[in-house]
Amino acid sequence: MSIQSKSLLVQDERTKRRNAAEKRFHAYGLGAIGVAALALVLLLTSVVSNGASSFRQTYITLEISLPADTLDKDGQRDHAAMASVSTFGYAPLLRDALQGRIAELDITTALPDKDVADMISKEAAATLRNHVLANRHLVGGVVTLELLADGRIDGYFKGRVTLESAALDGNTSPEALQIAQALADVGVIDTRFNWRFLTAPDASDQRPEAAGLGVAILGSLYMMLVVLVLALPIGVAASIYLEEFAPKNRMSDLIEVNISNLAAVPSIVYGILGLAIFINFLGLRQSSPLVGGLVLTLMTLPTIIIATRAALKAVPPSIRDAALALGATKMQSVFHHVLPLAAPGILTGTIIGLAQALGETAPLLLIGMVAFVRDYPAAYSESAGLFGEAATALPVQVFNWTQRADPGFAERASGAIITLLVFLAVMNTVAVLLRRRFERRW
Amino acid sequence: MWFISSLLSLPALVVGIAIIGVIGAHVRARSAVHGDVRSLAALPRAHRLNAIFSVLVPAAAMFAALSLYQLIGPRLGTAALPDGTVFWSVLIVAMIGCGFAITRTSVRFRARAASEAWIKSLLIAASTVAILTTIGIVMSMLFEAINFFSQYNWQGFFFSTEWSPNFRGNSSLGFLPLLWGTFYVSFIALALAVPVGLFAAIYLSEYAGPRMRGVAKPLIEILAGIPTIVYGLFALITIGPMLRDYFAQPLGLGDSASSVMTAGLVMGIMLIPFVSSLSDDAINAVPQTMRDGSYALGATQSETIRQVIIPAALPGIMGAVLLATSRAIGETMIVVLGAGAAARMSLNPFEAMTTITVKIVSQLTGDTDFASPETLVAFALGLTLFTFTLALNALALMIVRKYREQYE
Repeated sequence: MSIQSKSLLVQDERTKRRNAAEKRFHAYGLGAIGVAALALVLLLTSVVSNGASSFRQTYITLEISLPADTLDKDGQRDHAAMASVSTFGYAPLLRDALQGRIAELDITTALPDKDVADMISKEAAATLRNHVLANRHLVGGVVTLELLADGRIDGYFKGRVTLESAALDGNTSPEALQIAQALADVGVIDTRFNWRFLTAPDASDQRPEAAGLGVAILGSLYMMLVVLVLALPIGVAASIYLEEFAPKNRMSDLIEVNISNLAAVPSIVYGILGLAIFINFLGLRQSSPLVGGLVLTLMTLPTIIIATRAALKAVPPSIRDAALALGATKMQSVFHHVLPLAAPGILTGTIIGLAQALGETAPLLLIGMVAFVRDYPAAYSESAGLFGEAATALPVQVFNWTQRADPGFAERASGAIITLLVFLAVMNTVAVLLRRRFERRW
Repeated sequence: MWFISSLLSLPALVVGIAIIGVIGAHVRARSAVHGDVRSLAALPRAHRLNAIFSVLVPAAAMFAALSLYQLIGPRLGTAALPDGTVFWSVLIVAMIGCGFAITRTSVRFRARAASEAWIKSLLIAASTVAILTTIGIVMSMLFEAINFFSQYNWQGFFFSTEWSPNFRGNSSLGFLPLLWGTFYVSFIALALAVPVGLFAAIYLSEYAGPRMRGVAKPLIEILAGIPTIVYGLFALITIGPMLRDYFAQPLGLGDSASSVMTAGLVMGIMLIPFVSSLSDDAINAVPQTMRDGSYALGATQSETIRQVIIPAALPGIMGAVLLATSRAIGETMIVVLGAGAAARMSLNPFEAMTTITVKIVSQLTGDTDFASPETLVAFALGLTLFTFTLALNALALMIVRKYREQYE
């Protein structure tokens, strides 16, 4: 290269090239952040836009006459006798009530009777039956009830079903939607906040409008209790031993390598462990929160141990030395001084571990938690023992709903995800706040 | 009925014995020195603590051992314990512990050391859970996998390209299509996650100011906190249909919403925070002096990063990539919901393929018969998966450990 006198103010070719490369590189970095942020935004908007509507539900308010001659033939208002009338006996009452209402409002339609009846959820007959059985004096009179509308009608008011899509749909028709719109205009049908979604149990394939998260939330809660009760003490005790007492030998080295490996074992492997050991070998009950909790405990233990050890390590040795110098034993120095100082870090790690366990799905599929459960599991029962009754869990419920054909369940699945994410956000926020509030730097 | 009422009262009785032990030890310790606790080798409190542990720990251990025996006894064909064995053995062990604690109490007895020995034994027991878990994992899969290979020949499993399980028997359980699907999905995931994660880490640690870092880093970490079922649903209802409608169908590459591409891209998103946070650590561990040296020689910032920082942080970055690979191979929910269930070996990324984890789930859910190879194959698959991920983790750990302290 020839030596020329160049102005410092004018960039030569090479400098330009280098500066351009610098700018490009900077842009790549920014682009990467952008991709990650975009993915997050896309993910959250997808879930929220698909699922937010599951927190609203369409109800039909009907005045239903309860003829004594069909519901209570012997007129004794006796529970056992009335219970012999199945939901099939109640369905015509609902249809008559809705048709009466439609006629009252002068809505003319060519819709066959059966399709009118289909505007009401299949769950409604059971709701009415339970209501009547609980209030037997109503028989012979008229009762006003708010009943679930069919999933398609519900979808119409949420914008999921349109007149065009209904024309192609065997389960509903544009006429039915027009009637529904007319009924909504006079307030017979309205859409409002859906508490049932959070409290009701799962419902069968035909009735997405009735499906709720009650059993799943309860099951998840039980499992979190099992995880908390087992993983926290065991994790903390193991960490204390490894961090404070373990001699540097092959045994403690083995345990260390073990823990770091366990932290990276795919979660589904824990499911295989649960199936083979807890269910097939120990004979614990399938789909029970106890087995789920045990599996999740084993899975979260490494997380908790790693977090706890970091928290213990962060406590300066001078604290231990001071305690020892005053005559405390090693054990006293740990339990009286080191552990309280490490507590916020341990708590944060535990909450993060619990959050991880709450969202875990794969191992629970293998231990039978995909089963269809409609009864709220009791925490203790004589036949099943502690946390032994079949339950399901929030993330598994999501999986379950994705496997169903009715598009109403896709909405429910996204709604369940929102619920799950809210729980996780709360737990993580608590963890962050705890860390902020109590974090100490030495 | 008797059994249940005994179970309910057993804890009460053991606690009662513990209280007797506590009172006994306390009274004996004080009376041994006529109330002058200064001349005791240990404070009465330590004697009390020792008594509690001497009763509770052996009793609990006895109860756990006998319950375990009762649970697995029928399966091993051993005779069942006679009624009340658990009750009386636990009670006797508790009473022996109680008596032992009281009789040991004396002026010279170092109760503090004794009670701490109990605590230490509990701590050690807790830390062996990690080893027991590993043994449990290996055992649970090994036995059933051996069972599987006794019914199905191993060449057929490892080298066959056909996977068509048939629950009436006579199925071909070739593992290669699953392996291919697993690697193909992981490859696409890493092809997205490694560049994005690495550049994000570089940007955050080298270019971003504190404000940008304060916003972007938590944002990426949120991705890490989202459960995989959420990503799975995202693949199923958003990314899958989108790829099908805008790429696969117009290009004539297929019309399935679940495809290797769907699962791979979504899994890539999931791995971004994983790669970025581990690479971030590696980059931050490179000493500032090396950057300063490079700037002093006239290098631009990007030249410093490319020629000094990345080579220096390479072992850490390699470790991150290996750990991300192991994550990708073991990931389940995203592929269950996004990749499909058809075992196929094809190069077209818009076709549905399946992975090892998907097949573990499908063979072990629903009706299972633990005598048929169609169910048992899941354990062989699990063992293979476990071996793969273990090897990757070990390799990652080795690389990171070997080069970690180079610059310190």
